[in-house]
Amino acid sequence: MTTVLLAAEAAAVNEVVRATAGATNAAWLIPVIPVIGFVLVLLTSRMLRERSAVIAIAAAAATFVLAAAVAWQVISDPASYLRALPVWINAGEFEVTFTLLIDQLTAVMLLIVTGVGLLVHIYSVGYMHGDDRYARFFAYLNLFLASMLILVLGSNLLTLFLGWELVGLSSYLLIGFWFEKTEYATAAKKAFITNRVGDVSFMVAMFFAFATFGTLDMLGILDGAANLSSSAAFILTALLLGGAVAKSAQIPLYVWLPDAMAGPTPVSALIHAATMVTAGVYLMVRMSPVVVGSLDAMTLIAWIGALTALMAALIAVRQDDIKKILAYSTVSQLGFMFIGVGVGAFREGIFHLVTHAFFKGLLFLAAGSVMHAMANRTDIWQMGGLRKLMPITFYTSMVGWLAIAGVPPFAGFFSKDQILTEAYMHGFGAIWAIGLFAAVLTAFYMSRWFFLVFLGEARHPADAHPHESPRSMTVPLVILGVLSVFGGLALNPVHHGPLYNFLGPAVGDTAALGLTPAGPMSEPMLIAIAILAAAVGIGLAYFAYLRRDISIGRLSEPLRGRGAELLERKFFVDELYEAIFVTFGGRLARTAAWFDTRVIDGIVDGVGAVAISTGRVSRRAQTGLVRNYVAVVVAGALVVLAVVLARVV
Amino acid sequence: MGLITLTIVLPLAGALLLSVSRYGEIGSKIIALATSLLTFAASLALLASFNLADGSLQLVEQMAWIPAIGASISLAVDGVSLALILLTTFLTPLILLASWDTVGDRVKGYLIAFLTLEAAVLGVFAATDLLLFYVFFEFSLVPMYLIIGIWGGAQRRYAAIKFFLYTLAGGLVMLVAILYLYAQAGTFDYETIRQLSLGATEQRWLFAAFVVAFAVKVPLFPVHTWLPDAHTEAPTGGSVFLAGVLLKMGTFGLIRYALPIFPDATVEAAPWLIAISVVGILYGAIVALMQSDIKRLIAYSSVSHMGFVVLGTFALNATATSASVVQMVNHGLSTGALFLLIGFLYERRHTRQIAAFGGLAKQVPVMAGLWLVVALSSLALPGLNGFVGEFPILLGTFQVSPTAAVLAAFGAVLAALYLLWPYQRMFHGPLEGADNQNTTDLKLREIGVMVPLVALIVIIGLYPKPLYDLVNPSIDRVLVEIEDAR
Repeated sequence: MTTVLLAAEAAAVNEVVRATAGATNAAWLIPVIPVIGFVLVLLTSRMLRERSAVIAIAAAAATFVLAAAVAWQVISDPASYLRALPVWINAGEFEVTFTLLIDQLTAVMLLIVTGVGLLVHIYSVGYMHGDDRYARFFAYLNLFLASMLILVLGSNLLTLFLGWELVGLSSYLLIGFWFEKTEYATAAKKAFITNRVGDVSFMVAMFFAFATFGTLDMLGILDGAANLSSSAAFILTALLLGGAVAKSAQIPLYVWLPDAMAGPTPVSALIHAATMVTAGVYLMVRMSPVVVGSLDAMTLIAWIGALTALMAALIAVRQDDIKKILAYSTVSQLGFMFIGVGVGAFREGIFHLVTHAFFKGLLFLAAGSVMHAMANRTDIWQMGGLRKLMPITFYTSMVGWLAIAGVPPFAGFFSKDQILTEAYMHGFGAIWAIGLFAAVLTAFYMSRWFFLVFLGEARHPADAHPHESPRSMTVPLVILGVLSVFGGLALNPVHHGPLYNFLGPAVGDTAALGLTPAGPMSEPMLIAIAILAAAVGIGLAYFAYLRRDISIGRLSEPLRGRGAELLERKFFVDELYEAIFVTFGGRLARTAAWFDTRVIDGIVDGVGAVAISTGRVSRRAQTGLVRNYVAVVVAGALVVLAVVLARVV
Repeated sequence: MGLITLTIVLPLAGALLLSVSRYGEIGSKIIALATSLLTFAASLALLASFNLADGSLQLVEQMAWIPAIGASISLAVDGVSLALILLTTFLTPLILLASWDTVGDRVKGYLIAFLTLEAAVLGVFAATDLLLFYVFFEFSLVPMYLIIGIWGGAQRRYAAIKFFLYTLAGGLVMLVAILYLYAQAGTFDYETIRQLSLGATEQRWLFAAFVVAFAVKVPLFPVHTWLPDAHTEAPTGGSVFLAGVLLKMGTFGLIRYALPIFPDATVEAAPWLIAISVVGILYGAIVALMQSDIKRLIAYSSVSHMGFVVLGTFALNATATSASVVQMVNHGLSTGALFLLIGFLYERRHTRQIAAFGGLAKQVPVMAGLWLVVALSSLALPGLNGFVGEFPILLGTFQVSPTAAVLAAFGAVLAALYLLWPYQRMFHGPLEGADNQNTTDLKLREIGVMVPLVALIVIIGLYPKPLYDLVNPSIDRVLVEIEDAR
């Protein structure tokens, strides 16, 4: 292992290798297998019913094995592998192929997507048991897996975009999985349309990239990035960011993600926490050689990330739904990853993406386990005392809580701390401070979540009979729990650890920017402050929810008044958007529709009325039309004749 | 008889056979379907003998017609016309099968009208003599007029007359321009007229005359208002043919005639047409949002989508203009499929009001699934056919007018709104009301009609290369004069 890492350090830039042998040569199967699974499950669902899950799980498992083999080849022989595949679109001078690009970044994403994906497939066997559309659920999971793998494997922006849109479709189908409930169907549509707004930005980014580089191939763009003017780098980064803020739920397009919790909980874990929503982070890191071309663009990204992390954490403090809290927490943690991208800590951002996939996937699956046990109740004020009744869910949740709160040596501590340290060391002092405050809030609201669900007195209604979930659900919990404990230590326990070095050749270099620290503090001091932040957050929650009498439920919240209401109502952002887009947009559309029938068509009808009344004069209004037409044709023929004669004579 | 002639004569012969024969309903339907399938086979044979590498007009067939005035029956195809011929011959049998037992009375007349219509449209795409083109172009009005006026809905007469007058008016202006060109060239032969060197003023006037005729057909904002009425009142088959094929006569005309014959005027007018297209894209989409009748909504979506086609055409570069042609085919498939589904639903419920439906996905899962796929294709989801046309159109447009491309790209957001919103209202939510609870799912025949369409929607979405290989060389040749004019 050490020799491998030394080799990676030596080669700052990857060599480009055509994949003709080994696992990377077979990598085209990675997205194809789940597509086959998707089709097979759909076709056999009537015959096999719940047994068709086996097909989907087999497809996910095969994909995971293949992905692991591909990752191993990249680890043992680091390079940018290109697996040539046929042309997709060849319109005039524009050509893109399905060719795959596999490097260190791809390898990490492949393992996360297929690994967490497989666990969620298994978990769903128990969770979705008895659902009317059980088989269809598994088909959609396979479709999602295929789409996400296209996204991370695409060698050009357009194939990445293909996966980007197909994960959006999977997300739409799965948020609206129980479409009989109007509000769920509405949430699905909201997710799709909000993402479409981001897509416009992404598409314009591609137009701009093609106009600038003459290609959409990543390697072509990243090679050309070195010669890009800083204004061009700013425009391209900002346009890509427009797409990323929609998919990764950042300000101002985060509004769809909390509503997306309408989907079945395994979907929330896989798509709306561990994988799809991190696609924006992946995109920005993939394009990091362009991003480093403009310090202004980086600052913009960092501020968006910091403000999102802060705002979502504030909202999470006063949510009462077991999944909504986790949803805002996801928005907030994605904000941390964007801070990473913005301050040039690309590898730390990916590290946090990885650990977040472990602990947030875990927390969502644990929430699902709780809901499963509580007959789908989601109000944390109706829980409490589940510790004894659901021991496995309790212990794994505890691990997830400690990890996200940033307690060492759990996984989240390392990755979050390294992002904040890097923000400070790269001179983003304000961003560091905001991030630190958001980290205190994170520790606070996640402790509140954990305490109210599992500790204290049982507050659930008499008709609920909580019980531990079946094995298919607890095994994925335990695996993710282990990863949440050791994931950070194993991957990157010190700042320039194994993962950091491994990813080096795949990301942009900030050395040329000449960034300097924001102040005199050293890394150990920053680490101490981060640990203190976690302790403060947990301590506050301890006094607020464990040491006080909370038997009167929601009314025992320590914070009250206008400020608390503002948090509960999520800063009224949904209401604001509704006012702008639905009210104003509706008025615009109604006016346009009125204009079309009354004004434009009115003119036409006026002209038409004259023509028809001319026909009525000769009392041939109905049949007269065709006759008039014949007359016109004859007249036309006469004109032709006249012209001919004029030429001949 | 050459292959092109055969392709055009076959449906005509079928129509003739039907009009003189005494077959009953079933017999007539079988003859019509068989004829349309033979026509499709003939067009495939045409494709097989076509040289993909050559962008000029090929497989020329010529017969004397009116030698005294230099008009002849000249037929030939390039990649553009061949793509549209294949679209026409592919859709016709599906349309006949879709209306198998829903036409009601006078079935034979309906079938005759359809086969005649097919022949006329094929003639439009294959003619290389301007007079012949004009005759086919105008003649196609008659069967369509009858289809709307006889087999249409309650307001059919108003819609049919509006359709007729609108397009006839456009066509007459073009006739005058054709006669002027004839006076200059002494022949109606396309290639000869294309070689004419016309003065700047001449070009402007003639170009305007052609564009007016084609803009009405497309239809381009603001001369689009016949389309929603025609679509709403036309029987299902009529709507499918109208959206699938007839509208393309306009965009085809622009590429075949307006661009190469009047290159200077084209270059001069391109910014204006780009602007009008962008307005049409956004305007059609916004008006679509407010429609309560699903068929009318899709009609307005056509205004928006055809705006993309015209936008790409006048971007005047190989990428956007080729993609325009591909998008003509895509729009024919997607919108045709949507009209078929609307027709199937209408036959069951006798209403097209979106508000009348709700929660249907639970009751009719097959229809709901197909509807979603087609809607996604129409809103240009990557992986389906709409995207592989729309994206290069915008990419190519961006090279000449970034503003136009960015504004038009917002059409994608609006498309998601006007397609997913009604989808949710019709298919999602609780299944309530006896009408919704008793709606039956698609029959085998109806699924059979949809499968080839959906298959092509997916295949073109993932592998549009054969289509682009067909179109690219011909567009290169169309743009030769344009390059010189710059």
